[in-house]
Amino acid sequence: MVETDSDEIWVRQAKAGDLSAFEALVSRHEGRVYSLAQRMLRQEQDAEDVVQQTFLSALEHLAGFREESSFATWLARIATHAALKIIRRRQSRDATATVSLEQNTEPQPGYDTIPHPEYIADWRQSPHKLLEQKELRQTIEGALETLDEKHRLVFLLRDVEGLSVRDTAQTLGLSEANVKVRLLRARLQLREKLTTAFGDPARRLVGGHTHEAGAAAVS
Amino acid sequence: MKCEELLAMLNEYVDGTVDPAICQDFERHLAGCNPCQVVVDNIRHTITLYKDGQPYELPAEFRRRLHTTLRQRWLETHAS
Ligand SMILES: [Zn+2]
Repeated sequence: MVETDSDEIWVRQAKAGDLSAFEALVSRHEGRVYSLAQRMLRQEQDAEDVVQQTFLSALEHLAGFREESSFATWLARIATHAALKIIRRRQSRDATATVSLEQNTEPQPGYDTIPHPEYIADWRQSPHKLLEQKELRQTIEGALETLDEKHRLVFLLRDVEGLSVRDTAQTLGLSEANVKVRLLRARLQLREKLTTAFGDPARRLVGGHTHEAGAAAVS
Repeated sequence: MKCEELLAMLNEYVDGTVDPAICQDFERHLAGCNPCQVVVDNIRHTITLYKDGQPYELPAEFRRRLHTTLRQRWLETHAS
C-alpha cells in the first residue's frame, strides 16, 4: 500500500531529525487516533488528551520504534494504553461500578448463550457506499455506543485496530477464551443493529430455525 | 452441522482460522443455508464499516494547539 510505504519513508526521515516528516505523520494519523479514542472513551476532552499523549509519546520514543509493526499499529497501541488508563481511573472513581474491565463476567466459555440472529437480510448498500453518507454516521457510531464497554473494547482492538486475539487479551488483561466470546457477542450485536437499519426488508429471510432441510439437501 | 454450531464458530471462519477438517463441514453447510450465508456476509460488512470509517475529526482549535505543542517539544528535544 502506498500509504504504508510513505509512512516508512517519513518515519525514517523523522528519526533522522526531520520535523516536517514527523508533522506529516501526525497529520495523516491524527484523525484515526482521535476516532479510536472517541470510540473507546465517548468523551471529547478525554479523547483529545489521548491524542496529545499519543503523539508526544510517539515523538519521545520514535528512535525506539523498531518498525516490526506498521506506524499506524504502533500509534494505536500507545493510544489504547492511554485510553485504558482513563477508563480504569473512571472505574475506580465510580463507586457504583462493581464490574471492572478485567472481571470475568461471561458465562464461560458460554457459546450456548450466544444470541440468535433475528433480522437476516442483505444490506441495501455496500459498507463503502454507507460510509460516504455523513448523515448515517450517527446510526453507525450509535450502534457501537450501545455495546457494553467490555464488548466494545474487544471489538475495537481486535476488529478495528487488527490486534491478534492474544494481543487483545494481553492488552485488556483477559483470557483469550474470554476475548473470543466477547468478540462473537459484539459482532452479532452490531450485525443485528446494523442489519435492522441497513437491511433490505424485501429480502429479509426467516431466521431462528435450524435450516436442516437446506443443509441436508447438499450433504 | 447445524446453524447453531456454525454460529459458534463464526469468529474462526470470519478470521480464517477454522481447522481445515471442520472448515469443509462449515463450507458445506454454508452452501446450502442462505440465512447463514447472509449472516456471515453481514458480519464481514459490519467489520468493514467500522474498520474503514474514520468518523471523528479533530476540532480545529485542538488541532492547532496539538501541532504547536508537538513542534515546541520537537525543538526542545532536538536542540543539541
Ligand atoms: Zn445455517
